Amino acid sequence: MESWPLLSIVTFAPLVGALLILVMVRGDREATDRNARWLALWASLATFLISLLIWINFETGTADFQFVEKAAWFKFPGGYTLNYHMGVDGISMMFVLLSTLLTPICILCSWEIKSRVREYMAAFLVLETFMVGTFCALDLVTFYVFFEGVLLPMFLIIGVWGGDRRVYSAFKFFLYTLLGSVLMLVAVMAIYFLSKSAGQGTTDIVELLKFARETGFSAEAQKWLWLAFFASFAVKVPMWPVHTWLPDAHVEAPTAGSVILAGVLLKMGGYGFLRFSLPLFPDASVYFAPLVYTLSIVAIIYTSLVALAQEDMKKLIAYSSVAHMGFVTLGIFAATAQLSAGNLPDNLLGEQAVSGAMFQMLSHGIVSAALFLCVGVVYDRLHTRRIDRYGGLVHRMPRYAAVFMVFTLASVGLPGTSGFVGEFLVLFGVFQVNVWAAALAATGVILGAAYMLWLYRRIIFGELVKPDLMRMKDLHPREVAIFAPLVILVLWMGIWPEPFLDVFDASVKNLLTSFKAGVCRANEACFAAR
Amino acid sequence: MILPNIEYATSEMFVAAAAMVLLMIGVFRGEGSFRLVSALSVLVLVAAAVITVWMSPGDSRSAFAGMFVSNGYTTFLKVGILLAAAVGIVLSIGYNAREGIDRFEYPVLIVLAALGMMVMVSASDLLSLYIGLELQSLSLYVVAAIRRDSVKSSEAGLKYFVLGALASGMLLFGASLVYGFSGTTAFTGLAAQLTGASAPSVGLVVGLVFVMVGLAFKVSAVPFHMWTPDVYEGAPTPVTAFFAAAPKLAAMGLFMSVLAGPFGGLVEQWSQIVIVLAIASMVLGAFAAIAQTNIKRLMAYSSIGHVGYALVGLAAGTEDGYSAVLIYMAIYLVMTLGAFAAILAMQRSGRMVEEIGDLTGLSRTNPMMAGMMLIFMFSMAGIPPLAGFYAKLYVFLAAVEAGLYFLAVIGMVTSVVGAYYYIRIVKVMYFDEPEDALDPRPGRDLGAIQFVAGMATLLFFLFPSLLVGAADTAVFSLTGG
Repeated sequence: MESWPLLSIVTFAPLVGALLILVMVRGDREATDRNARWLALWASLATFLISLLIWINFETGTADFQFVEKAAWFKFPGGYTLNYHMGVDGISMMFVLLSTLLTPICILCSWEIKSRVREYMAAFLVLETFMVGTFCALDLVTFYVFFEGVLLPMFLIIGVWGGDRRVYSAFKFFLYTLLGSVLMLVAVMAIYFLSKSAGQGTTDIVELLKFARETGFSAEAQKWLWLAFFASFAVKVPMWPVHTWLPDAHVEAPTAGSVILAGVLLKMGGYGFLRFSLPLFPDASVYFAPLVYTLSIVAIIYTSLVALAQEDMKKLIAYSSVAHMGFVTLGIFAATAQLSAGNLPDNLLGEQAVSGAMFQMLSHGIVSAALFLCVGVVYDRLHTRRIDRYGGLVHRMPRYAAVFMVFTLASVGLPGTSGFVGEFLVLFGVFQVNVWAAALAATGVILGAAYMLWLYRRIIFGELVKPDLMRMKDLHPREVAIFAPLVILVLWMGIWPEPFLDVFDASVKNLLTSFKAGVCRANEACFAAR
Repeated sequence: MILPNIEYATSEMFVAAAAMVLLMIGVFRGEGSFRLVSALSVLVLVAAAVITVWMSPGDSRSAFAGMFVSNGYTTFLKVGILLAAAVGIVLSIGYNAREGIDRFEYPVLIVLAALGMMVMVSASDLLSLYIGLELQSLSLYVVAAIRRDSVKSSEAGLKYFVLGALASGMLLFGASLVYGFSGTTAFTGLAAQLTGASAPSVGLVVGLVFVMVGLAFKVSAVPFHMWTPDVYEGAPTPVTAFFAAAPKLAAMGLFMSVLAGPFGGLVEQWSQIVIVLAIASMVLGAFAAIAQTNIKRLMAYSSIGHVGYALVGLAAGTEDGYSAVLIYMAIYLVMTLGAFAAILAMQRSGRMVEEIGDLTGLSRTNPMMAGMMLIFMFSMAGIPPLAGFYAKLYVFLAAVEAGLYFLAVIGMVTSVVGAYYYIRIVKVMYFDEPEDALDPRPGRDLGAIQFVAGMATLLFFLFPSLLVGAADTAVFSLTGG
């Protein structure tokens, strides 16, 4: 098993599926559509099974990268050979699983797509390759290729299969994220040349992490590099005020597009902060922590209020995503905020907060994806997303009401659901560091309960008076099959989160240790104390 | 021996002789020999590329009393030029026959232009440089105006001629200044004087500036770009495709060999000028293209932008930068030829159309062509994993290595602006519903060229070392050989 290039297989299996669909599937329209659907489903399910295999063989006790693959790719100026380098640690492992889990669900929920089915399915499989690759890449350039490659299929998915204002949304999505990431590319190049001061420059993430622990970039360079990476990840997360592409993209994308967008694409930003910003630029992370804190808290409170005012279901959930991701960025930078006071305690807090942020990302990946699926269910039947067109659905669709209830409560953060664990850990960690920030963020939880429960009341409860709702049918078997694994996961993660926390525990500890070492190096007092 | 090392000019002599033979064939067979002469021209160009590689010396060899040099660098450029010219002729066959400009002079002129380009990239003296440049330019002027009865084509030819002649005059004037202040026109002599010299004389620098103006015109860098959109739009489409490819590569190669070779000692002076040219070209190329509705004009501005990116590598003034320019131009060549093959396939009821709006809904009416066009557009926008990304990666790496961070940031931001108009074409093809479909099967040769170029662009990431290695070897012989 060790010798198999499992990560490459899991990354490129969907691409092979996409090629097969584009090349092999021929014949009349109906046969083409049917074959494309089934082929896409099998390809994505096979990918999911392989990723489960990786999870089973994954060793939780260590922070090392596992399933590592390395092959020379091409030459950089200065004689450095860039490697195609793949590997997973606890932080990326869960995101790989999240991507491979959501893709078959997306394909299932797009079963009724009518136009250009072949291209649609191929686009989703290509997207999966880029997503998985982003999380597995252990080289900055490889990472960048996957990270930005995501734009290609997503642009087409929004633009071709989206709603009325799809063109505007697709362009906004594309240009916003592109602008963020090209600045990161300049930083990647700068990293290559700056890390040269210690001999050979590198873009290898493992080497860079070692470099950051032992030598580190100068404080001045760190600030610029941090900002360039921040430009990219803040747009991806998205953080206030660069979040405006998200509601547009969510509203216009087809259901499956929203699911992937909320479920996986937003997590790339948080993953980037954890993988690059914190360990590579520790001083800058401390320096900019107040900025991140402020933006996160504004995001939590402001976008929650905006969500309260929405008339469109998808928009409401989109804004709630921004608010929930605010908790994530808050948690990620909790450890750095502690250090910004200038003290270097022996016991670096923030482990709970970072673990909480990780967990919150996983939970949000499933819950928000499921909420978009819930919207998709009624949208498929009534073709409107306006909240006031619904009401009293519980009378016609009891199963749907129950499922929607689970995810609404998970989004609110009710104990027993996955949402609770993440938010609690983040708030717990942040409270130890900064009471005010925790208190302000906690208001976001209350607001979250307000808009989600209100949404639920307006759609599900009340009298069933609207005539076109009378003919609504409850969830059919395919939809049950879509929701069942998600419901199980949300409850499992809420009741017994241990197996999930275990996966990234060692990696988070290691991250914070090397982060502290990085900050320590720049601080004279810290050296003296040792 | 009277002419030592003359064997290193075999491919030039072969092309020159073959051009004369082709002309004779055309004259004696008269009208109707267009297809035959075209096919033979393609064969001649491909054979010349083979000869070039075959006769390429391992190191640098000069001939004709130091007027001519042959090394890895010239081989790289010549192969690119010859193949691009061959593809240019293939692209023109169907079009010219259909549009009634199937004159046998056309392929012969392209062969002569290719000969001029080969001479100019091999030049190692300001005089042989000028001879090659003029042979190329004069052929191109005629080709631009080949459609005599079209006002636009004649206008394009005339404009190109007047402005081109002005640029040639500038270059010649600069060359005379350089000669006056240094006493030599030979590259080796100039290089020897300029390296290690304390402060270069002002006259020499002024001469350099004039030479650069002439060359900047040939690569159509802003602010010497004004002719480009009009010539691109006015000239027949296959001519535009040819202009966008081979002469661009040749002129950029010449620009680089002049600056890095004889004027290598003045790198601090000329790199400032190149930085300004690069920024102006990238910005104008990005913003001016937004408003275009004619796809040929759009490609003109896009090519200006691409020249700007290539100049970023040159501005770095390092070996890595030069190699990045070669990589950029090679990838640009493939993307451009592929995109023009698609543009040439834009026909409705047998007539050429060239508005962007004519591509509406192409993904439904001709998925293959739309798919290839999608690859070219995203690649030109620099989106990974397509080839255009690696091209940009290398030039900006060189810029960052040289400490030109602001140049890299400006370049990156303009590439986002540029992405807007590239994805607008994707939008027209994929998001909009088809109205008036284009002809479905516009010719097998066009489809084949699109497919080959598209696959090369798409799959570049599998074997980037081939091109990178070749470019590195070429640059080594430019600076070290």
